[in-house]
Amino acid sequence: MKVNMNIDVHHVTRVEGHGNIRIEVQDGRLVEAKWEVVETPRFFEAILKGMPHDNAPTLTSRICGICSIGHTLASLRAVERAMDVEVPATAQKLRLLAKHGETLQSHFLHLLFLVAPDFLNVGSVIPLVDSHPDLVAKAARLKGMANSMCDLIAGRTTHPVSLVVGGVSKAPDKRQLAELKKTMEDRMRDAADVLELFKTLALPDFERETEFVSLKGDKTYPWIGGDLVSSDGVIKPEDQYLAMSNEYQVNFSTSKFTKLSRDSFAVGALARLNNNYDLLHGKAKEVAETLGLEPMNYNPYMNNIAQLVECFHALAESLDLIDEMLDGGMNDLRRRYEVQAGVGIGAVEVPRGILYHHYNIDEKGMITHANCIIPTTQNNANIHYDLAELVKQEVKKGSDDQEVRKLCEMLVRAYDPCISCSVH
Amino acid sequence: MKYLGIDIVKPRLAVFDFTGCEGCELQLVNKEETLVDFLSLFEVVNFREASSDKSDAYDIALIEGCISRQDEVERLKAIRGRVKILVALGSCACCGGVNHLKNGFPIEDVVRQVYGDRKIETEKVRSLKEVVQVDLEIPGCPVSKAEVERIVIALVTGAEIRMPKYPVCVECRQQLNTCLFDFGEICLGPITLAGCGAVCPSGKVGCRGCRGPADDANYESFIDVVVDKGFTEAEIRKKIEFFNAFEGPAKDTIASLIQKRIKTFNAFSGVRA
Repeated sequence: MKVNMNIDVHHVTRVEGHGNIRIEVQDGRLVEAKWEVVETPRFFEAILKGMPHDNAPTLTSRICGICSIGHTLASLRAVERAMDVEVPATAQKLRLLAKHGETLQSHFLHLLFLVAPDFLNVGSVIPLVDSHPDLVAKAARLKGMANSMCDLIAGRTTHPVSLVVGGVSKAPDKRQLAELKKTMEDRMRDAADVLELFKTLALPDFERETEFVSLKGDKTYPWIGGDLVSSDGVIKPEDQYLAMSNEYQVNFSTSKFTKLSRDSFAVGALARLNNNYDLLHGKAKEVAETLGLEPMNYNPYMNNIAQLVECFHALAESLDLIDEMLDGGMNDLRRRYEVQAGVGIGAVEVPRGILYHHYNIDEKGMITHANCIIPTTQNNANIHYDLAELVKQEVKKGSDDQEVRKLCEMLVRAYDPCISCSVH
Repeated sequence: MKYLGIDIVKPRLAVFDFTGCEGCELQLVNKEETLVDFLSLFEVVNFREASSDKSDAYDIALIEGCISRQDEVERLKAIRGRVKILVALGSCACCGGVNHLKNGFPIEDVVRQVYGDRKIETEKVRSLKEVVQVDLEIPGCPVSKAEVERIVIALVTGAEIRMPKYPVCVECRQQLNTCLFDFGEICLGPITLAGCGAVCPSGKVGCRGCRGPADDANYESFIDVVVDKGFTEAEIRKKIEFFNAFEGPAKDTIASLIQKRIKTFNAFSGVRA
């Protein structure tokens, strides 16, 4: 057993935003294990107050550079539900396709640029350019494919352009969609090679039973809107998101913490998959099986594996969506609407978990109140309590400071936190 | 690395982030078809979002985000003290970006709305140049990776850095887009610095001017169009204030022109009545 330990990671690297890990063990006893978010707040909710409703998606996409499409979609859903705006079916399909582009971009970036260096014992993807040129080329091609999906459907990957209230302002033509389909099919070989690589990686052995919160799929794996569900059996309609998230403050973090049935809960790919496993696309379910991922899985490092499974799901579902659009008409893209007062809530599954936007809108279409609850905010408490359990396990095993430090950083990284997003 | 027997010293590049969404940093790892070549131009010594390696010795710093806390002021000054060329990357770093909108409210009110009675350290949002000397600004929300590559390659090779002088309208016309004013929207394309490829108007959404004023913007004609199309001073103000990229002379010019134009418009309306 290890007796004393002092770990102080100032600004964890290869994650989005600024967070610290502090661990102290004395005489074999855990004194402190802390997940500290020190990001500077930006006050988007205050800025939204008094803003025209149709500016909200553009503004809130700037909450996050990685999941800006997800923020736009949650914002649109909140505005559209507040004003009873009906979105045409083709626009809904295009939005989901943009969403899949973002999920693929974000997951591949995380797995291949940020996580892979840990398994290959280097500090970043840069030395891999020389040591593993094939892997880097595949990573770049896969991320490039995802970015070109977003660019084609949403006008831009970071801070999308053409996702607007009522539908979409511009759509690709069928020739462009057919080209995208061809590119995606070509990239399947790269995705299969990445799968082979991940089969060979040994993930850290650690489990802590927790509650998983996600959207609840009805007939398909959930992405945009619907009921909220927890693995402890709580089910709430989307509008009762506050009863699901229960934010509270801790004095060592500028991002809030949340809880539901226990001290903490987890959101994200593993939560979605644990709660909706049967709704995975056939190919993705095969991938999950070959990687040994079945519900309920309580190893937080397996979130990486769940992300890879979701990449296969998003690829398969995107190809289906493109086929549907190639077979049908694509003219009905945007619905006119009457500005009216109302309250709207939009819940969307973004790469890191469930995201809520909530606006009160007055009869002139101006926002009078806004609330945004971000996935990483919901994961903070789970990361915090996981760290304590992980350190206790490693102290018992007698692991040294360097090993524990790396496992702690990898644990935080497995959640793929979006820290500046969580302090918005 | 050697070329013709001569040692080639790569510049040491650092990337830092302050208050912002880290979208501009993310852009640095985009444009995958040239990514490996781009990264091979320099030795990347600091890039927290993408790398665990750290060093205090670097030649060029690309800095994202605005300044909104005292520790950020100190961190930025320390970087300035170490670096030869400090580059502001994106609208937040260049002019405060959307974060600047917070400055329109009393700070106590915004803190209370999110944190209740808890004391949270936060200051008025400032751009980098309001705190330290900035050598080069690359505007945009987010920055265009193609433009970043072009500028950084020029920096590394010592070539002249050229920015367009013309407005977004030029690039928009090259793409044969229908003018957004004809769809009934305000578009800042006529007065905003080009270089983004007119990405917003090409997506049929009006330009919000994230890149700031073009050198040869024709403000008078722009105001003529805006007023003729029936938009109000408040509408145009909201538009140009979104990214704070028109702060200063451009904003004053627009304000005085719109006042003058509205008076003329009203006078003619009076004659007609």
